[in-house]
Formats: sequence, structure tokens, C-alpha cells
Amino acid sequence: MSEVKDTQGQLWEVFIQTKKGLPFKHFGSVHAYDKEMAIQNARDLYTRRSEGRGMWVVPADAIVAVDSADDESFFDPSDDKVYRHPTFYELPDGLKNM
Amino acid sequence: MDNLNLSKFCIRLGDHCLIMAHRQSELCSKGPFLEEDIAQINLGLDLLGQAEALLIYAAKLEGSIRTADDLAFRRPERQFHNFMLTEQPNTDFAFVIVRQYIMSLYLLKTYQVLAKVEDETLSGIALKAIKELTYHERHFSMWLKRLGDGTEESHERTQTAINELWMFVGELYEEDEIDVMAQKASFASSGAEMKAFLMEHITAKFTEATLTTPDSINMTTGSKKGIHTEYLGFLLTEMQYLQRAYPDAKW
Repeated sequence: MSEVKDTQGQLWEVFIQTKKGLPFKHFGSVHAYDKEMAIQNARDLYTRRSEGRGMWVVPADAIVAVDSADDESFFDPSDDKVYRHPTFYELPDGLKNM
Repeated sequence: MDNLNLSKFCIRLGDHCLIMAHRQSELCSKGPFLEEDIAQINLGLDLLGQAEALLIYAAKLEGSIRTADDLAFRRPERQFHNFMLTEQPNTDFAFVIVRQYIMSLYLLKTYQVLAKVEDETLSGIALKAIKELTYHERHFSMWLKRLGDGTEESHERTQTAINELWMFVGELYEEDEIDVMAQKASFASSGAEMKAFLMEHITAKFTEATLTTPDSINMTTGSKKGIHTEYLGFLLTEMQYLQRAYPDAKW
């Protein structure tokens, strides 16, 4: 079978902030030919149901990701070092989003 | 402005939105790519929401003899007052963009005036719609620029759409007795103001998109009297099919 050519423009990753002050989270991706089209497409796809108050779109090829083949050397060494997380503190009740 | 005339005023505005929404809905699953397909339908749904709110209010002002559904699905062609521009078919993507862009400007200006009236229903509808229309204008003008200043073919097709649709633009700033009444009650801007607003924005955007604004030509007129191009009849046949074939059908 011949490869299907993607003619829908560049791929952009969409990050949405659900409330002001919270971190942006990855929501999905859209196709677009430029920045303006990307942010509009993302708006129409991901924020019509009050999902967010802030949004970023980033060209997918501008994101540097860890190759899954490198998982072991990148992430495994910390598996047995739980003490690196300050998980032994008791958090005050009023603290949210920690 | 008495209730009956205000009702007529709302029906006109509601009809523009309803017919535009239907033309947008025809694009469902036919967009150039998935994201744009969804965008077009979203914009259509915004317009349908505005049409519903306006026709519900129009029906109430009329004295609740008819419902909003009656207005949408039981009126014949000659009783529709949408501009002829709104009913023009989706000949190609350029026609859609040019038609909806010009109408977005018209609706934006119309709602900006309505947002300031004392009638809370209308100002409420207008305030909500302004937010939607601001985005519509942004979306369609982005495409206008992209198509006009794009390839030779996209430029040519967009210019063709402009040239073909231009004769319907005159209706957008035409005035009859209901318009004059609405203007006196501060529900609408004058035809001259509307024309100046439209031409200023259209000319600037066309120039930016390397497109030519046609010279003054004879403008078609008639929708205020219920006269339409041949396309509205076909559109209504499809839009009103269910109520015509199965009157009072319920889910």
C-alpha cells in the first residue's frame, strides 16, 4: 500500500490552561498552515466547552522529546530514590494544587 | 417602535442568521480539512443560536400567535426577509468566505448598536452575539487574506466570488419604513453609517488581500419585500422538509 501523504499542513501541539494560574496541560494536536490558523483551529476544537482560559500552540517539530529507546537511561535511575521527593511532609489542609 | 414592528425587525435579523446558519450547515463533512470543517459548523451553530433567540423574541412580540419554530419552518419563501446575499449558494470555498465575511461585518455593526438599547432581551442577545461575531470576522478575514494573497488560482476564485456577490451588498444598507422606525428608536444605525462602516472595512481588507473592490454597480434589491433569488426556494425545501412532510412531528 502506498503511503498516504498528509496534505493538511503542519502538526501543532495544543496546551490549555484550565484556570488562570494553573499550569498548561497538553490537550491534543491540530493541523494548520500557520500560527493564526493553528490557534483558531485549536480554539474551535478544544475550547468550545469552557475547557480553558489560556492556550498555547506549538509546532510539533519544535518540541524535543525523549526517544522511547532512551527511557531506561533517562528515567529508571531515579526509581529507587524516592527520598528525592519531599513526600514525607504533612501538607496543610488549605493547600491545593500541590 | 410598537411590538409588531419590533417583531418584524427581529424577524429580519433572525432570518439573516437562520439562512446563514443553514448555508454553513451544508458544509458539514465537506470542509477542506477536518479542523476547518469543524470550525465552519461551529460558526453555523453560533448563528443558529442567534436566529433562535431572535425568532423566539419576535414570536413573543407578535403576541405568541406563532412559535419560533413556526417562523422558521412554516413560512413560505415570500415571507422570509433575509438578505439575498445570505442565501447565495456555497459555489466554492471562496464564495463561502466572501459571503460570510461581508455578513459578519454587517451583523457585528448591527449588534453593536443593539447592545446599547434599553430592551434587555435584545441587548442581551446582542452582547453575547458580539463576542461570537468578533471571532467570525477574524476567522473569515484570515481566510480572505490567505485566499486573496495566496496562489494564482485562489486569488482568481476569490475575486470571482467578490464580483459575483457584489450586487447583493446594496441591500445591507438599504432603508425602508421599518428601518427608519428602528433608527428613530436607536435600534439601528442609518443606512449611510452602515454603508460607510462596511466599505471602510471591506476596502481595507480587500486591499490587504490584494483583491479589488468592484466599482459601484446596480445593486439588486427585494428581500425586504420578500423577493429572493432562485436559491432560497431550494434552501427552504430542504430546511423545512420535515415540517412540510410530517406537520407537527415530535421526537
